[in-house]
Amino acid sequence: MLTKFFFMLREGGMKPSITELLMLLEAMKAGVAGHSVDDFYFLSRACLVKDESQFDRFDKIFAAHFQGIEEAFNALVGEVPDEWLRKQAELLLSEEERAQIEAMGGFEALMEALRERLDEQEGRHEGGNKWIGTAGTSPFGANGYNPEGVRIGQQGSRHRRATKVWDRREFRNLDDSVELGTRNIKIALRKLRKFAREGAADLLDLDDTIDKTARNAGLLDIRMVPERHNAIKVLLCLDIGGSMDDHVRICEELFSASRTEFKHLEYFYFHNFIYESLWKDNRRRHAERIPTSEITHKYGPDYKLIFVGDATMSPYEIVYAGGSVEHWNEEPGAIWIKRLLSAYPKAIWLNPEPEQRWEYTPSVKLTRELMEDRMFPLTLRGLDAGIKSLH
Amino acid sequence: MNDKKFTGTNSYIATDDLMMAVNAAVTLERPILIKGEPGTGKTQLAIEVASALGRPLHEWHIKSTTKAQQGLYDYDAVARLRDSQLGDDRVHDIANYIVKGKIWEAFASDDQPVLLIDEIDKADIEFPNDLLQELDRMEFFVYETKELVKARNRPIVVITSNNEKELPDAFLRRCFFHYIKFPDKGTMEKIVDVHYPGLKKTLLKEALEAFYKVRDVPGLKKKPSTSELLDWIKLLVAEDIPAEALRAEDSRKAIPPLHGALLKNEQDVHLFEQLVFLDRRTNNR
Repeated sequence: MLTKFFFMLREGGMKPSITELLMLLEAMKAGVAGHSVDDFYFLSRACLVKDESQFDRFDKIFAAHFQGIEEAFNALVGEVPDEWLRKQAELLLSEEERAQIEAMGGFEALMEALRERLDEQEGRHEGGNKWIGTAGTSPFGANGYNPEGVRIGQQGSRHRRATKVWDRREFRNLDDSVELGTRNIKIALRKLRKFAREGAADLLDLDDTIDKTARNAGLLDIRMVPERHNAIKVLLCLDIGGSMDDHVRICEELFSASRTEFKHLEYFYFHNFIYESLWKDNRRRHAERIPTSEITHKYGPDYKLIFVGDATMSPYEIVYAGGSVEHWNEEPGAIWIKRLLSAYPKAIWLNPEPEQRWEYTPSVKLTRELMEDRMFPLTLRGLDAGIKSLH
Repeated sequence: MNDKKFTGTNSYIATDDLMMAVNAAVTLERPILIKGEPGTGKTQLAIEVASALGRPLHEWHIKSTTKAQQGLYDYDAVARLRDSQLGDDRVHDIANYIVKGKIWEAFASDDQPVLLIDEIDKADIEFPNDLLQELDRMEFFVYETKELVKARNRPIVVITSNNEKELPDAFLRRCFFHYIKFPDKGTMEKIVDVHYPGLKKTLLKEALEAFYKVRDVPGLKKKPSTSELLDWIKLLVAEDIPAEALRAEDSRKAIPPLHGALLKNEQDVHLFEQLVFLDRRTNNR
């Protein structure tokens, strides 16, 4: 019985290992769980799930298995997390369609409307324990998007048996399948680390001490060296606002990951493209700007420069003076980025937009040419390749 | 084998799922990993488990510079070198220069101890991997003295994490896991009750309501947590603020008194005041 449950978990996209299953069985044998299903639920969750964002998924599979609703299982696996859905919808919808959604009161309101409509439908089908299809009910229909099997299952399961612990699904908000987790980012960024000895000498250098002591006719001559520190210096320039809003979350992740990884990290924000000034605090972007030339003066050429931006804009914003959407720029952005690149020979541009779409956006092509092809997608592979080229 | 079960203490309210996870870890003698919002009592759990089961507690607090080896032992080569120069007799026994770390101390304990590894996510990303073998087999090898240190009693290992770094899978697989979720109102009443037993019912009710209202404000950088609530109530009691003052209907006092104990940065206070102001305006219309 448990093996079946175990494999259902694995099919459901969770990764419990055999050690964890054996641990659960061992605990059962030791009589930790007693005889109630609730106890078993708590115990199996503590053994098999090691990430609170997976709790919701576990709850669903647990419910499906132990209530004998086998056929519901497929619907569960097909269910898509909110976050993913939102991302997907934003990727698939065009600008006008997005504007339409905004007109309807934004994504949240739309989802709320969808939920209400499904509730009504649930009412009509009362008593049935089948999962309800969405065909024809989705407000997305007009936009050619069909979130089949998305929230429908959740509503159904909530209404039908709302009393059990695992059905309360308290951890739903934590469910997110970020493909690029912070740990992954950190591992990728680690490759950028370069150790150097700097600062106060507080570590015993054994080899040197032995060597010097021997030369000193056995009289002790202790040699100390500074501890090894990560000496990599990074200037991080993040695009913020406008078309980047969709990517802000992934950028924040990259940012928080990189902050703990380097000793010297300076970050600046820009909007769409680099011009004569950048800023550090986005809420005071108009009041506290830092001239780009001051940055190149202050931070030496040993800094590595990383841009994060989708480079999606009108090409005028890059090549013409006065092309910026926010202010009048005396010199075109292309000149400013060339200045930055000559000040920092080691530079890359990370682009959160999918690589296959770069070809179709003239401004991305242009930026890529300016960056001498050093543009990489904001995925693990891209990050890896980008960091390799920084060395 | 332990016949004692952990069921919370006079000063610590444990939920059913937390008790189950702790008891499983105690019975199987495996580490338990505790995650949760800051201030929900992760570190406190180890202290309470130790006192409830009557075990000695060893605390190892992790910093960003902590290395796994430091938990096992340190070899003080400099002291030995110095002694050799001074002709000290101690120098012939290398064991004199091995300094025990927290894990070794726990392993050497006569009673089954509780070992707290606090905030493991603060350390380097490889730190948990370096401790796999030690926590699995509860033994390690001291190369300098060619000695195998084995735990006399497998300690109850409680590990806490604030989720600053994700932990490696191999490490997670060896642990039980529990996520302390934010307590609901019922549990919270119990928690406040064990800390401030004499509290007036009305004040407690009003305080909790105000507290959950503040928590529900969208966009707060740091939501107030259990420990902040306890501090705030302590202040309310000390200042002798009547329960009525906490009720938000009175528009002039819509901001809870002493809210500095709940909101810990100026952006949050600012945001909160703005929302209260907006709310008041819409109500007056």
